[in-house]
Amino acid sequence: MENSRYKLNKELAKMLKGGVIMDVTTPEQAKIAEAAGACAVMALERIPADIRAAGGVSRMSDPKMIKGIQNAVSIPVMAKCRIGHFAEAQILQAIEIDYIDESEVLSPADDKFHINKRKFDVPFVCGAKDLGEALRRINEGASMIRTKGEPGTGDIVQAVRHMRMMNSEIRKIQSMSEDELFNEAKVLQVPYELVQYVHENGRIPVVNFAAGGVATPADAALMMQLGAEGVFVGSGIFKSGNPEKRAAAIVKAVTNFNDAKMLAELSEDLGEAMVGINEDEISLLMAERGK
Amino acid sequence: MKIGVLALQGAFIEHEKKLIECGADIFEIRQRRDIEHSFDGMILPGGESTVMGKLLLELDLMQPIRERILNGMPVMGTCAGLILLAERIAEDNTVHLGTMGMTVRRNAYGRQLGSFHTAAQFEGIGRIPMTFIRAPYIESVTSAEALAEIDGRIVAARDRNQLALAFHPELDESAAVHEYFLNMQ
Repeated sequence: MENSRYKLNKELAKMLKGGVIMDVTTPEQAKIAEAAGACAVMALERIPADIRAAGGVSRMSDPKMIKGIQNAVSIPVMAKCRIGHFAEAQILQAIEIDYIDESEVLSPADDKFHINKRKFDVPFVCGAKDLGEALRRINEGASMIRTKGEPGTGDIVQAVRHMRMMNSEIRKIQSMSEDELFNEAKVLQVPYELVQYVHENGRIPVVNFAAGGVATPADAALMMQLGAEGVFVGSGIFKSGNPEKRAAAIVKAVTNFNDAKMLAELSEDLGEAMVGINEDEISLLMAERGK
Repeated sequence: MKIGVLALQGAFIEHEKKLIECGADIFEIRQRRDIEHSFDGMILPGGESTVMGKLLLELDLMQPIRERILNGMPVMGTCAGLILLAERIAEDNTVHLGTMGMTVRRNAYGRQLGSFHTAAQFEGIGRIPMTFIRAPYIESVTSAEALAEIDGRIVAARDRNQLALAFHPELDESAAVHEYFLNMQ
């Protein structure tokens, strides 16, 4: 698996570290995001909050719309395909997308198999809510991982739960003896080599971002302090009162996530945050899609 | 020797590891107060130059860093760092630090599918591995001198105290480029 293309794809994710990847639905929004300091944009027709509100089947975006965004900005452009929908992924590769998000935000196309991402030249990022999911996606060829969180809610609790779960499982594996690692590989349903990597390095072998529910600079700082290497912000920006200002504040909060004084300044006067839904108020848990 | 690594965004930790491997002391530059003491050199890492350029301005770092470079402090910029150093960016009116005599082209090899790994001759070091990620290249040099070329395009250059690379020496096994930089002191 460690061919040169996969290595290059993991390395692009390293270049995104310490940055904010923002959901955008139009070239205008993409330009606002780039000007606000996004390190990449996620092109999609509807942001998760609207997908949640609209219901129904949610699919890959129109390639024409994605191309419009690719032409509008100089930073990397990502796009989502449905879990298991390798034909959508082939289409995204054909338009030379920089990163494909095989995403639980869209309706899953396959309830059993994820895409065999090793067959692709473009990189994939996948969501995970625990270490087993993360390592299974990596084994399938993902070169970047993000927490699933709960998209489109503006509620950070699930992203925190997923990041803490991953951290705790990593610590557990670090302290295991070699004998125990073989069994752990069996439990997590992943190759021994991946478990051994975690044991030796105390981290997963690819970059790990936070996603799902980030709405404020404080949310971003919280996830960074919990060990995220960067942050995806979906509905949190363009569902808020002042997208430009909020986006720029979140970018700065990710860079100086340990400086509470600066975070206080950044949190001032941002206008209205997205309304948000609590987890016990939603009927559809996107994080339960694709395990 | 104490080297400041610009840690606003991007792959700065990889540079820190290389520098430590070469025996240097490192610290991270995230805001103005981080550079208000004496040190011996700076690294501008890979990442997104638009992000770093904006944060340099807003965190009040652009001017003090430019002054240090103009006063002769050794600096190495890789990929996005090279764009920050360039006095001109092709088809773009943006100038960030603008301290180095060269014109660079952003995303010159296209999107991620155009990223590649190779090996080539580096003046003063020899043949080294080179990793290009959505990389720029140097279109022309004025006061800078070319140190490496691939297919007739300049991918490394030096302008007195400034070293700029279109590729990522922090991602490959060899520490030769970091040693070269530390010897520029």
